[in-house]
Amino acid sequence: MDLDLLGNILYAMVRCGTPLLLVALGELVCEKSGVLNLGQEGMMLFGAVVGFIAAYATGNLWLGVLMACLAGMLLAALFALVALGCQANQVATGLALTIFGVGLSSFVGTAWVGKPLSGFEPVAIPLLADIPLIGHMLFNQDVLVYLSFALFGLITWLLLKSRPGLVLQAVGENPDAASAMGLPVLRVRTLAVLFGGAMAGLAGGYLSLAYTPMWAENMTAGRGWIALALVVFASWRVLRVLLGAYLFGLASILHLVAQGIGVSFPANLLAMLPYVATIVVLVVLSRDALKTRLYAPVSLGQPWKAGH
Amino acid sequence: MSESPSPLRLELRAITKRYPGTLANDRLDLRIGTGEIHALLGENGAGKSTLMKIIYGVTAQDSGQVLWQGQPVQIRDPAQARQLGIGMVFQHFSLFETLTVAENIALALGRAAGSPQQLAPRIAEVSQRYGMGLEPQRLVHSLSIGERQRVEIVRCLMQDIKLLILDEPTSVLTPPEVDELFVTLRALAAEGCSILFISHKLGEVRALCHSATVLRSGRVSGACVPAQCSDLELARLMVGDAEGLEASYPKRAGGLPRLRVDDLTWRSKDPFGTSFEHLRLEVRSGEIVGIAGVAGNGQDELLALLSGETRLPAGERERITLDNQPMAHLYPDARRALGLAFVPAERLGHGAVPDMTLADNALLTAFEQGLVRRGLIRASKVQALAEQIIQRFAVKTPDTQARARSLSGGNLQKFILGREILQQPKLLVAAHPTWGVDVGAAAAIHRALIALRDAGAAILVVSEDLDELLQISDRIGALCSGRLSPLKATAQTHTVEVGGWMAGQFDTAHHAA
Repeated sequence: MDLDLLGNILYAMVRCGTPLLLVALGELVCEKSGVLNLGQEGMMLFGAVVGFIAAYATGNLWLGVLMACLAGMLLAALFALVALGCQANQVATGLALTIFGVGLSSFVGTAWVGKPLSGFEPVAIPLLADIPLIGHMLFNQDVLVYLSFALFGLITWLLLKSRPGLVLQAVGENPDAASAMGLPVLRVRTLAVLFGGAMAGLAGGYLSLAYTPMWAENMTAGRGWIALALVVFASWRVLRVLLGAYLFGLASILHLVAQGIGVSFPANLLAMLPYVATIVVLVVLSRDALKTRLYAPVSLGQPWKAGH
Repeated sequence: MSESPSPLRLELRAITKRYPGTLANDRLDLRIGTGEIHALLGENGAGKSTLMKIIYGVTAQDSGQVLWQGQPVQIRDPAQARQLGIGMVFQHFSLFETLTVAENIALALGRAAGSPQQLAPRIAEVSQRYGMGLEPQRLVHSLSIGERQRVEIVRCLMQDIKLLILDEPTSVLTPPEVDELFVTLRALAAEGCSILFISHKLGEVRALCHSATVLRSGRVSGACVPAQCSDLELARLMVGDAEGLEASYPKRAGGLPRLRVDDLTWRSKDPFGTSFEHLRLEVRSGEIVGIAGVAGNGQDELLALLSGETRLPAGERERITLDNQPMAHLYPDARRALGLAFVPAERLGHGAVPDMTLADNALLTAFEQGLVRRGLIRASKVQALAEQIIQRFAVKTPDTQARARSLSGGNLQKFILGREILQQPKLLVAAHPTWGVDVGAAAAIHRALIALRDAGAAILVVSEDLDELLQISDRIGALCSGRLSPLKATAQTHTVEVGGWMAGQFDTAHHAA
């Protein structure tokens, strides 16, 4: 295999892994606070369609990105209202949110299916983009990929080094103790859910504005679900979320490459590869029960109410 | 109590607090001087927790006055209590296990106090000063219970503290750890910090406290200088003239071995659990064997292995036998069929189903006793059994249709124990049989256990209450980190020796079989 092909595979791996990385980072923050939001797929799709429409109507891609984030946050706010405000079952609420988001996005987007849009183009960073192999992969991407790098750095710092990260972890482990200490449990959780919604919307927007600049029903193709699995099997560790997302990207690309060079294997089975490979690898990685227990938010999915 | 020379730090006047159905605090008075270690003594339900919550601002009194350093105050919430200089160490710690010591303390102190890294040297210094040696970078889950308590104490000390409230602080500690805690508390008091020490352990109160206020059913039943009172006088103040306080039971030697745990090696799958290596244990017919130890040293794992909630592979079935019948591989129902009865540590959710009636709960473990015919429940028999339990064991309940949840801890415990005893087991395994039970009910439970023993059953009692074990068991040992000390006749040992075992000071080589 020549260096160019390898470079291109790595480039496509990052592109393909980016939406998954964005949505999984958002869900990671959300779950760290103790809230399980299964509505990722719905929030992504709604973000994708709203972002596309905004960009198409105004011709401003950045406005599209902003609207995508806001759309995700809007659905997340709905989730927060029901699951946090009224202590409804988080699993049921999240599932309902996904069903709602899928339906709403295709309803809103009917008139926009198949419309052309010129999306975000790669921006080469001078000098760095010329580094062999990784230059193309890391420094010849579109701005949203660069944004995902920045967000990854920010969230890593937030979770591991900052006081807000400590508060987030404390709230997720033991909301009663956190509340007794005077930490605003519900506010922390609501912010985490909204942040997760914005990230899911952004991930959707990346799909419809940069990855494949167009709108198609169900264009997320289950990425919201795989992101949920990714967070669990990454044992709630941020670096593993990154690895898992890019692994998914790599497997997606490999199956296209394999088809391209004419591997005689049923295409439908090959299309399963990204999903299977990501989960298998992460399951193997997460076998250390002690580590998993150390990073898992203990109160995940449990409704909580102040003062009982 | 005579005039205290030092000015009062805290004074409570006629504090009254009513909950639906009960008067938790009835015109309580309490005075704590500067630098005084003051004991608040009382049984469960005497009103200690309510009073403590009022002082710490968790709940408000209905009437009465709180004076802080001579000034009337109304403490609205814990944050205000902390501002005044009141610190509290709870019985169940409010620590985050996945965070380090420094991170836990930084969270509690708030942003202004600085980051965990900035706080670390001060934490080390404060804990050193009071002889507590804490490492700020350790993760809390890797700390022993005693160390966790020190984290809570240090957390209070990092603030400017004038009154430290400790809620049953010694209930989770080994005797050597208790001594260390007392050294710390005395050093604190010598610097002028007042301490409110809540306990029902008389010996400790007499060793540590300058003065004591005793509560009974929400009222002050007496105040005294503990060092000048005998245990019996204090106990009378706590429980009134209840009988059976000093009961001692004749010790028995036991007959043939009933339960045998033979060279059991088992690895816990839980990373925070305890594993066993070559564990040996024998309980004979007609004897009570007591296993002491601080929680978390393998009690839960041992109980699960005995009850059948944890099973060994069929190849190791001989590791646990009941009357020479291998049962290590059997499920709980099959073990019960062999003659095992089991009283778990948690009453609600493990010993009984909270939302089921007492009659249904009786059926749960006793259905082998002719309560079911051709797959159908014989309701009248179930009813009769439940009534029999309630009557024989003096369970206070309106009727057999009351939900398990509605009973007080002591009453439910009597019901569960009665259910197991009436099945006339060959072997009874009981965990913490009188935990959270008042003195009267505890005495009744003890008498029931002794009667079962005298009828020839083998009984294994696992408890954290050393005094209780010394009182009722014929042979005694202790678990420490999954190792079992030699079992020794209770008459030939004493608190200090068993306390040493609880801390791991024994040699497993010459193990009593």
